Amino acid sequence: MKTTNILLAGVGGQGVLLASRILSEAALAAGLDIKQSEVHGMSQRGGSVMSHVRIGEEVHSPIVPEGECDILAGFEPLEGLRQAHAVKEGGVLLYSVDRINPSTVSAGFAQYPEDVEEQLKSFKCRTVAVPAVQYAEQVGNRRSANVVMVGVMSNFLEFSDDIWSQALTAAIPAKLLALNIAAFELGRKHI
Amino acid sequence: MDCLPVDTVRQPTRNHIETIEKILCKRLHAIGPISGERSACISARMRRLKANRLGAGIPVPKMEVHLKKLISGNEAFARGAYEAGVTVASGYPGTPSTEIMEALVHYKDEVYCEWSPNEKVALEVGAGASLAGARALVTMKHVGLNVAADPLMTLSYIGVEGGFVVCVADDPGQHSSQNEQDTRHYARLAKIPIFEPADSQEAIDFMKLAFDVSEKYRTPVIMRSTTRVSHSSSMVEFGKRAMLRNVAFVKNPPRYVPIPIWGRKMRVEVEQRLTDLAEAACVSKANRIEYRDRSLGIVTCGIAYQYTREVFPEASILKIGWGYPFPDRLIREFAAGVDKVLIVEELDDIMEEHIRAMGIACEGKSVVSPIGELSPDRLRETRARMEGREIPVAEPLAEAADLPGRPPVLCPGCPHRGVFYGLTKHDVVVTGDIGCYSLGVFPPLSRQDVILCMGGGVTLAHGMDKAGEGRKVVGMVGDSTFFHSGITGLLNVAYNKSAATIIVVDNRTTAMTGHQDHPGTGRTLMGEATIEASIEEIGRACGIKRVVTVDPYDLGATEKALAAEIESDEPSLVVSRAPCPLQTRTMVGPLHEIDQEACVNCGRCLKLGCPAIESDGDTVKINSLLCAGCGMCFEVCKVGAVEVKEGGAA
Repeated sequence: MKTTNILLAGVGGQGVLLASRILSEAALAAGLDIKQSEVHGMSQRGGSVMSHVRIGEEVHSPIVPEGECDILAGFEPLEGLRQAHAVKEGGVLLYSVDRINPSTVSAGFAQYPEDVEEQLKSFKCRTVAVPAVQYAEQVGNRRSANVVMVGVMSNFLEFSDDIWSQALTAAIPAKLLALNIAAFELGRKHI
Repeated sequence: MDCLPVDTVRQPTRNHIETIEKILCKRLHAIGPISGERSACISARMRRLKANRLGAGIPVPKMEVHLKKLISGNEAFARGAYEAGVTVASGYPGTPSTEIMEALVHYKDEVYCEWSPNEKVALEVGAGASLAGARALVTMKHVGLNVAADPLMTLSYIGVEGGFVVCVADDPGQHSSQNEQDTRHYARLAKIPIFEPADSQEAIDFMKLAFDVSEKYRTPVIMRSTTRVSHSSSMVEFGKRAMLRNVAFVKNPPRYVPIPIWGRKMRVEVEQRLTDLAEAACVSKANRIEYRDRSLGIVTCGIAYQYTREVFPEASILKIGWGYPFPDRLIREFAAGVDKVLIVEELDDIMEEHIRAMGIACEGKSVVSPIGELSPDRLRETRARMEGREIPVAEPLAEAADLPGRPPVLCPGCPHRGVFYGLTKHDVVVTGDIGCYSLGVFPPLSRQDVILCMGGGVTLAHGMDKAGEGRKVVGMVGDSTFFHSGITGLLNVAYNKSAATIIVVDNRTTAMTGHQDHPGTGRTLMGEATIEASIEEIGRACGIKRVVTVDPYDLGATEKALAAEIESDEPSLVVSRAPCPLQTRTMVGPLHEIDQEACVNCGRCLKLGCPAIESDGDTVKINSLLCAGCGMCFEVCKVGAVEVKEGGAA
């Protein structure tokens, strides 16, 4: 079995790390080896956040090699675009359509690339736009947009429904579980 | 296929089942990562086992197919220390080490845990516990060991009683650090062993090994982590907690008091110990040779091992987990067993230098740069260079051009903003410090001119003042940083009659590392209520006459106080106090918005550098998702265009 390489890129506070946790729990439930890596520190202060998840029979490095990413999930279009070069030809590039201005843009020092979605679609991989916040609002909590993204990603990973429900149960506190399962399902049905 | 004779178990008893579960656990561990097929086989067996158990009327315990757990390196260090029987743990927060103590405090019924005011204190607390007989863990980031280096150097001489491990996390690539120093130098400097795990399971195993080595050889031990080990998760298996040691200090001055007459003897013993340790490192399970193709042999350690396996899957490897003293015999054996030797180490060429000095020809820094974090991508470049191929340029499908950066910023509602904004009114030099307020260096605030180290904001200001800097010098320090190492500097400011103004930006927590308590918060790491050390009273006790406290959200009062203190020729202390809204998780005040009719687009509010205030050049808006309601924009607006948002009351 080949190692599956996943990258999750977003902004501090979007729940990128929880999404990674769900993916890891799914792999764990499936009896696979996992390495998950993230860099935090200053990320809570509105900076970019990135997490690497590698799943396979035997995984050594916790970092996804350049150009070998099978699935990239951009939790924000610009952050997706920033990492898009890592996706391999024929890989999958998902992105949440909801923009969050970097401070450099809000302060008027830089321009948010208006054509961000066109740029994302120019890569030689399958591109999927996800109205993640809209779905999350449908289930009643904007903050579940991260779980919507995991739901979309689930279509590209060969885990059963049972494995996913085990993973969600393991990663999400009980009182928020029902809502997040609904968010996951909306994402899963997006494709 | 691994198959167990579960089918033969017809009528299982409780003991039976437990034995089989144990075998299964062992097997699972032995076979390592499990394929889908194996997993299905095991899963089927577990189901049958459970069915049998149900049939026999025995309650099924909570036992899942996946017997391994997925935990981060930092959680694993904490678990390893717990299993090793640690009863005292101390540390000072610092990325990427912070979560070790935060994980260990979950065992607070069995392990005493504390945040000490700084790393030197933490290390001495651990040393005291060890000398009394307990096993002790001390945690910090790489630069923290500089602060704690003094006690470490002499603890090496007097030795330890209960096992003593200082777990130090390096930050190659400077993800959130001011430098990239390599902690391995300290092992050589202090003449003590160092361990370097490559994943979470090794973090647990090496921690236990380190405590055994520490006790057996009566030496402090360094456990070196790096960002990628600390902040990566991988699978582990938990073990049992070791028997605890008796605590009773045994008086023995010749052993514990390094006055010269005894210290000189200790010095000799340290060298003998080093010889014994080198021999032990050669036979330790932490160091192993993996022979594959013998044309290339790679010596590697820590996380670099993982990258090496990925990029040189066919190469033979000497995996160093116990890095100092060097396992010379093992190195010679390996070098003799392969045609060519390559050293892959992150940061400095410590192993390479030693191996060359042994007379062994090898490649290292000529093909692996000592600067920055290693990665599989960088090792691929190494491989290409060695094989004389063109260095592969990562082949992006298209180049994402000139994207606006997303640097960390002072949060919306951050109280530090009030002080920085006040300082923009003065032509002063600001000597800064390590913490969230480092972010005040960025425009439009631009009010941090130099940052050196924890506590350095206070002392640099004094030095500049004494040098005769023409402008007023303002030293800035945070609350946790003030208690860490700002107090002695402040004492010096008073004692040696500085004209510097010292500002403590007190947000009631150690914010940058994720909100840890400190001596000023009134709470300990174990969650107990305690004293709240007063910064003002400490200032007065140091001899500072001018001490003033301001509410940084009141921009007018803050500006006035800053102006008065900057004018003064006496040493003065300004305490800016308001809790970090990220920690309190509450709005500072009501949401604000901008009345577009009234706004004249003067840009005054944009000078606050608040991420919630957005401008497209023509109009200025407040992002209601980001606004924390601090009202500073309301205060600076001269035309009254900023108002409380309708229905936006806090």
